[in-house]
Amino acid sequence: MNDPVRKSLARRSRRLVTPEGIAFDLVVGTRGARFGALALDLILIGILILVTTLVLIYIAGGVANLDDRAKAGDAVGHALQFLIIVWFAAMFLFRNAYFMMFELGPRGATPGKRLMGLRIASRDGGRLSAEMVLARNLLRDIELFLPISMLTYAAGGDLTATKFASAAWFLIFALFPCFNRDSLRAGDLIAGTWVVEAPKRKLEAAMSLGGTARGSASAATGTTYTFGEAELSAYGEYELQTLERVLRENRREAIIAVHEAICRKIGWHPGAGDERAFLDAYYTQLRARLEGGMRFGKRKADKYAGAA
Amino acid sequence: MALGSIRLGALLGGGKASVGDAAIEAAALRSDRFRQEREGDWQRLEAIVRRMEAGRLRRIPDADLLALPVLYRTVASSLSVARETSLDAATLAYLESLVQRAWFLVYGPRQGFATWLRRFLGGGLSAAVRSIWLDILIAFTVMAASTVVGWLLVSGNPDWYYSLVPGQFADARAPGATRAVLEKALYDQSGKDSLSVFATYLFSNNAQVAILAFALGFAFGLPTLMLLVSNTATLGAMLWLYHGQGLTLDFVAWLSIHGTTELSAILLAGAAGLHVGRSIAFPGDRPVMQAAAEAGRRAATVMAGVTLMLVVAAVLEGFARQLLNDMAQRLTVGGFMLLFWLTYYAGLRRKPESAA
Repeated sequence: MNDPVRKSLARRSRRLVTPEGIAFDLVVGTRGARFGALALDLILIGILILVTTLVLIYIAGGVANLDDRAKAGDAVGHALQFLIIVWFAAMFLFRNAYFMMFELGPRGATPGKRLMGLRIASRDGGRLSAEMVLARNLLRDIELFLPISMLTYAAGGDLTATKFASAAWFLIFALFPCFNRDSLRAGDLIAGTWVVEAPKRKLEAAMSLGGTARGSASAATGTTYTFGEAELSAYGEYELQTLERVLRENRREAIIAVHEAICRKIGWHPGAGDERAFLDAYYTQLRARLEGGMRFGKRKADKYAGAA
Repeated sequence: MALGSIRLGALLGGGKASVGDAAIEAAALRSDRFRQEREGDWQRLEAIVRRMEAGRLRRIPDADLLALPVLYRTVASSLSVARETSLDAATLAYLESLVQRAWFLVYGPRQGFATWLRRFLGGGLSAAVRSIWLDILIAFTVMAASTVVGWLLVSGNPDWYYSLVPGQFADARAPGATRAVLEKALYDQSGKDSLSVFATYLFSNNAQVAILAFALGFAFGLPTLMLLVSNTATLGAMLWLYHGQGLTLDFVAWLSIHGTTELSAILLAGAAGLHVGRSIAFPGDRPVMQAAAEAGRRAATVMAGVTLMLVVAAVLEGFARQLLNDMAQRLTVGGFMLLFWLTYYAGLRRKPESAA
């Protein structure tokens, strides 16, 4: 993890205390990801509208004379009227119910949000209620659909004043998430919700299970790596977790580079060929030492921190 | 705090260690042994959470559903212990994400759509409407006043009619129109589009206007008021026009059949918008954000009711108005609808045990 990413995460993470008093960090979704999610949802809605319209037209047997036939009082006319009503209802639902239906589900996310790894949550740490989902989606109308329809309406004529007004209106609400720390849009503000990242992590293997990590001799060279106080006090938690990442990723070049760096720092010259076993042993012993310190309330953040 | 959590974790997780003693021996680090003792519970919770997220509730055994809150607390306490004792970043991140996912489910929307709808219709809606009574009063005053103003403006100078009434209504119904022309607009049904399609169109149109009235409340409620004023001033102007030809009651009857429902819906939408706007402008001793959120939730419930009322209004306007061609019948239906809404909103009290 490089530094800008780490900084962005720290800036976006919010401590949330659940009703039981357990604290954990929620990470507010980035504006880019939310825009992407919205775009995906709109594309999906567009496809749904297109498919519904085509299916209804297909059922109606072609567009020819649709209007005249619909006004006729016979059975065909009634059937066509019914199809037109279905179309109106479907359009209304796509525009207003699509977001609500998905956000009320167990994932709390529309398909677009899900693909972008986002979900909605209640800002106060309580239960996400149906009213909140309702409120945040009612506001979507003035944030998005109204300005768009005004723009397309104005694009027909040369009403520059209307165009200007709707553009300004659109900008106020579209850019609303850029003017507050939690990237809330107007609907989130009204509903008391926010959009956060939905984390999904797999449980990785435990690190100290076998080989040199348990203190036995290296299979390749037969050496038993044991580090003394001086060698283990060179590093802190930050370096330990960097080392953990390198070991889990298990890329050969990275392991050789880290091995070299550690050996230089602690003044060892074990030679090449047994880097993984060396690092396993060093990791386990460093972690044992740092965790031992933790149990007594002594922590060492990184190599620059004072002796633990 | 940390000590308490450790004891709780041991209490809940102790009996369930599914990993054998041999494996526990295998880990060299104390924090890894802690993990091995509990990872059975973690993985069980993860499996339940995964299935619930996929929406396959029926396929989850009851035992697992009952275990969810307990497992959630177990894993949450594992997390607090691990934060104080372990430096395994991957495991911490896993626990953190697992606790979060479980938390979203344990504290997710509890009621399904059907339950919500039942509660909503059976008292939730009327309670929400009653709770914004002050805003309804304000919106009603504004609407009544601007109807009067619309009337007075046009009676002072008929030219006002053209600026108050939008073009679509002012076809033949303009100042100077004869009684016959005006009467025709109220009772003649020829040349109308097919009723049901018209009703559906009206609904999606009106619902969008009502949502707008609500959504505009966000800007301190001022645009909502303006929208109410402009709409009811139109009404006042048209009333004046029909009054001039002695058709007041006919016009009221023509309007009331759906208007009692539709105007009440617009009144409620405007009041909901005002409620949000007012709570942002005058949050009282709460933080603005909290005030806005509380008002927003109440107003959203009202808005769901408004949408429902507009469906009824559109059906009445599309069918009943064009099928009932008689003043008395129209007044009866309109009056009955008004009475119905008043009784529903003022009279329906939620039973205390269903309040949740």
